[in-house]
Amino acid sequence: MTAQVTDTSVRAAVALRGARLSYGDRVLWDGLDLDVAPGEFVAVLGPNGSGKTSLMRVLLGLQPLSGGTVHVAGGNRRIGYIPQQRALDPALTLRGRDLVGFGLDGHGWGVGWRGRGQRRARVDQALAAVGATRYADEPVGLLSGGEQQRLRVAQALVGDPEVLLCDEPLLSLDLAHQRVVSDLIDRRRREAGTAVLFVTHEINPVLPLVDRVLYLVDGRFRIGTPAEVMTSATLSELYRTNVEVVRVRDQIHVVGAQHVCEDEPHHVADED
Amino acid sequence: MENFFNLPLTFELLGYGFVQQMLIAGAVLGVVAGLLGPLVVTRKMAFAVHGTSELAFTGGAAALLVGVGVGYGALVGSVVAALLLGLLSRRDSDRDSVIGAILAFGLGLGVLFLYLYKGRSANKFGLLTGQIVSVGSTDLWLLIGSSVAVLAVLAFIYRPLLFSSVDAAVATARGVPVRALSVVFAILVGIATALAVQIVGALLVLSLMITPAAAAGRVTASPVKASVLAVVFAEVAVLFGILLSLAPGVPVSAFVTALSFLIYLVCRAFGGSRSRVVA
Repeated sequence: MTAQVTDTSVRAAVALRGARLSYGDRVLWDGLDLDVAPGEFVAVLGPNGSGKTSLMRVLLGLQPLSGGTVHVAGGNRRIGYIPQQRALDPALTLRGRDLVGFGLDGHGWGVGWRGRGQRRARVDQALAAVGATRYADEPVGLLSGGEQQRLRVAQALVGDPEVLLCDEPLLSLDLAHQRVVSDLIDRRRREAGTAVLFVTHEINPVLPLVDRVLYLVDGRFRIGTPAEVMTSATLSELYRTNVEVVRVRDQIHVVGAQHVCEDEPHHVADED
Repeated sequence: MENFFNLPLTFELLGYGFVQQMLIAGAVLGVVAGLLGPLVVTRKMAFAVHGTSELAFTGGAAALLVGVGVGYGALVGSVVAALLLGLLSRRDSDRDSVIGAILAFGLGLGVLFLYLYKGRSANKFGLLTGQIVSVGSTDLWLLIGSSVAVLAVLAFIYRPLLFSSVDAAVATARGVPVRALSVVFAILVGIATALAVQIVGALLVLSLMITPAAAAGRVTASPVKASVLAVVFAEVAVLFGILLSLAPGVPVSAFVTALSFLIYLVCRAFGGSRSRVVA
């Protein structure tokens, strides 16, 4: 599943060419070439401030590149976006199906009374696909974090996206729900060929799904399979310090890099 | 109070033009307040609405002093307030303190204007507690015109506005202009507030903008049903409030607030939607 940076780029779901992003003197990344093939799962890793979230913002069309080009198949509208789980207000006057419906036409002007039947059918379908039909009409704020996150997945999928941007979607979920949510994402890319960019600070929950890793550190980056990138040699080079990568059973643990393990939640909307 | 249930007197008063105008104004206001209310509640803007209404009072008082229609003054005051609140408080954390600071200053300014005003004292009191008797026909047309404008804009921005009210982060990611919408919505609320000040007074605007929506939110989680219910509740409160106030000659706002609070209590007591049906 490794896409080559050559003629296949026309068919890539996401294509970055010589992409550069800088704020004043500070260069977040430069010369970034990345093609994500349909159905490919790319994990985006790196410490805080390495520009993971900015990359998301670029792909969403919220942040212009300082140089180079970006192409997203079908345009920004065909991107499904799954944020990290954030508890919704328990008193919210909103049902699960309304939250999912936002993914379909929440950005559209007007009240949207036309095509309501079709809209309802698509929302029902998306709810069923993530197993949320049972609580679709409950007040969304009273659902558990795991249930809310399933609805977020349905919200991202209901628009039939070509690209799925996942921004720490497993954060603050328990292990069982982490599994449920990552399985739903995996199923989607296998069944519909949706490309997945998955920003995370913890690769292990999704390690079996990852085709390639984009690892960003202080303006340096490396792209490759987990076996290529997640090695002591590569990460030591990226962090410019002695980093030890330890493999325990099926897990990868990175030892010695400062800020490797970030616990700070972040969000595309928080950066201005 | 012996006139409390004096039906013949009520019917006689219904024949007067100013009473009919007040009922029309109330009915229009009920629709606007009922539709904006659920969004105000979702966006946790109850205090902002209160702050805006206090500045509508300041504007109305200034208009009295200058000799312009109170409705125009209230409109200018609350739109200025809405713009200030929309522009000053970008971060939620300092919104309350910004509102508090502006509100207090505006209210004080209004008190000064009323002190300087040498006209009828009933008008002074009415600005704060409702029932400005002279809802003239000019003001009625201003009220209807601005209501239609508010509803038209609301219909246009409703979906992205609800989206960004519920989930600003994801709405931003989907390309919804979240900040611009919040300023536009603040202006809509400002206009609606200015209208409400003329019926129930600056201190009691919340009874029409918040209470019906809060009541609706206790009985349904569907945004559309909540909007419909909030309109019904606001209409019941404002129209029956005006009718009941006619014979005893008590200020309208006393009945409007009582009715709207009663509806809220009933909805709270019997509202089943705020507990999960499916475990």
